[in-house]
Amino acid sequence: MESGKETNRNTKITKSYYFRKEYLGRGFATGCGIFIIVLTFAIGIFLLVRGTGTFTKFHHSIAEFLFSADWSPVDTAQGSGGGVGAAIFIVGSLLTCGLALAMITPFALGAAVFMTEIAPKAGEKIFRPAVEIFVGIPSVVYGWIGLTVLVPFIRDVFHAKMGGYSVLAASIVLAVMIFPTITTVAADAIRSTPDSCRKAGYGLGSTRWQVIYRIVIPASKNGIFTGIILGLARAFGEALAVAMVIGKTKSFPKNLLSPTSNLTAEIAADMGNTASGGEANMALWSMALLLFLISMLFIFLIHLISGSGKKKEKD
Amino acid sequence: MEETLNKNIKTEISVKNLNLHYGEFHALKNITMDIPEHEITALIGPSGCGKSTFMKTLNRMNDLEQGVKIDGTVLLDGVDIYKTMDAIELRKRVGMVFQQPNPFPKSIFENVVYGPRINGIRNKEKLMEICERSLKQAAIWDELKDRLNKSALGLSGGQQQRLCIARTLAVEPEVILMDEPTSALDPISTGKIEELAMQLKKDYTIVIVTHNMQQATRISDNTAFFLLGEMVEYGKTDDVFANPKDERTERYITGRFG
Repeated sequence: MESGKETNRNTKITKSYYFRKEYLGRGFATGCGIFIIVLTFAIGIFLLVRGTGTFTKFHHSIAEFLFSADWSPVDTAQGSGGGVGAAIFIVGSLLTCGLALAMITPFALGAAVFMTEIAPKAGEKIFRPAVEIFVGIPSVVYGWIGLTVLVPFIRDVFHAKMGGYSVLAASIVLAVMIFPTITTVAADAIRSTPDSCRKAGYGLGSTRWQVIYRIVIPASKNGIFTGIILGLARAFGEALAVAMVIGKTKSFPKNLLSPTSNLTAEIAADMGNTASGGEANMALWSMALLLFLISMLFIFLIHLISGSGKKKEKD
Repeated sequence: MEETLNKNIKTEISVKNLNLHYGEFHALKNITMDIPEHEITALIGPSGCGKSTFMKTLNRMNDLEQGVKIDGTVLLDGVDIYKTMDAIELRKRVGMVFQQPNPFPKSIFENVVYGPRINGIRNKEKLMEICERSLKQAAIWDELKDRLNKSALGLSGGQQQRLCIARTLAVEPEVILMDEPTSALDPISTGKIEELAMQLKKDYTIVIVTHNMQQATRISDNTAFFLLGEMVEYGKTDDVFANPKDERTERYITGRFG
C-alpha cells in the first residue's frame, strides 16, 4: 500500500502524460476501426454503383438478369441490346453449393461430435490441427487435385461426356473445401456446452449417445447452424477451384455429370476481357453485386441465429 | 455404529468395505454403512473429506471420471451395483440432484420429460401427465404450469433447482442423491428445498451431502461424518449432534475446525 501511494505521488499527470498513455493508443485503435468501416462501405457502394449499371444504363430488367438464360451481352464500350440473363450461373452456384452442403454436412457434424465428445484427447491433439491445416490449403491446390484425380475418375467411372468436368466434380471439391469450416465451428459450439448439462443427462440414466444427440447437439444448434452458413458462404465465394473442374459451359446442366458454369467462375473467366463500362462488363459487375448481396444475407442469417439464441436464454 | 440405526427399517443401500483411489490418492477408506429406506441420510464433513465422492459411488457417477478405482461392494436392494448392474440402469433407479442447478437449455416441459423420453415414452398425453405429476411432487406446479413451453434457463436459481428435482422424480427413482443442493441458493429457496426433501422421503430414500450442519439437523434422520476419506461416525442425527462418540466429530460440529 505504502509504496503504491509513493508512485502515485511521484507521477505527474500532465497533458503529455495523458497523450502518451491514453490518447495515443486509443486514437490509433479508433483510427484503424474507422478506416476498416469506411473501406467496407466504400466497397459496398462501389459494387452498388457498378452493379446497377446493367439496370440503369442499359435498361435491362432485374427479372431478366435473374431468370433468363440468354447470356449474350455486347462487349463494346457503348454497344447495347444483348442478353444479360445470368440464370445459368445462378443455378450453377446454387446447385453446386447446395449439393456440396448436402454431401458434407453429415460428415462434418459427425467429425465434430467425434473430435469433441467421443475422442476428445485425440481430437484435440491430432484431429483439430489436421482440420485447421485443411482450412489453410490454397483453393488452387484443391482445384488442381480435383482436376487430376476427381475429373478423370468421374470420366472413367460414369463415362461422362465432357471428360468428367461436371456439377458433381465441382460439388465434391466444394464439399471438401467447406468441410473444415463447418467442423471447426460446430466443434467449438459443441465444446462450449456446459459440462453440467452432460452430467445431468448421465445422472438421469442416459447413454453417451443419448447425451450427445438429445442434449449436446440441441444445446449447440445455433453454433452448428452458424458453421453450416459459414461453410455455405465460403462455397458461394469460391471461384478458382470450381472454375477448374466445372467445365465452364454456358448451358444448364442436364444432370450431375454434365458441365455448367457458375457466378464466380464466369466473373473470373471474363472480367479481364471485357470493355470497361460496356454491357458485358456491367453484367459481370451485376453478378459480383449479387454475390455480395448473398454473402450479406448469410451474415444477416448468422446474426439472426445468434441473436435468437441470446433472446431465448433471457426468456 | 450400525446398531444405532433402527433395526425395523429396511436397508435400501448397503455399503461394505468400500475403497476408492484417484490414481495414487486413497480418497475413500474402507467405508461400511447401511442407508435405510424412506429416510434422509446426511453426509457431512469438511471440504475434500470425500463425502461427495462417496455419494457419487452410489450411482456410479465416478465411472465418468478417469483414474478412479473402486473396490468393495455397494448393494442396492441386495444387488451389487458394480458387479451385476448396468450403470445406465442403476442411474434410473438412483437419481441425482447437483450442487449447481443444471437444467437443459430446453423448455420446462422438455426438461421434466427428458427421462421418460429416453425411456421410450412417446405418447404426448402420457408425457404431460408425468410432467404435471413430477412438478406437483416438486411443489412447483403452480408456479410453472402457465409457462411450460418457456425456456428453463429463465427461471430463478431456486426454481431451477426444484425443476431439476422434478426432472429426477419423473424417472421414478427409488433413491435420490442430493449433492449440496442448496449451496447456490438464497435462504428462502433453501427453505423450500428442505421442506420438499422432507415431503419426498415418504416415497423416496434420500441421501444429501451438505456443508450446512443446521441443514443436517433440520432435515435428516441419520448423519454420517466424513473426515479425510474416512467415515468417522454414523448414527441417528439427534445422537450424532447431541452425543458425538468420536472426539473429531465433536470438534467438527462445535465448529472447532473445518
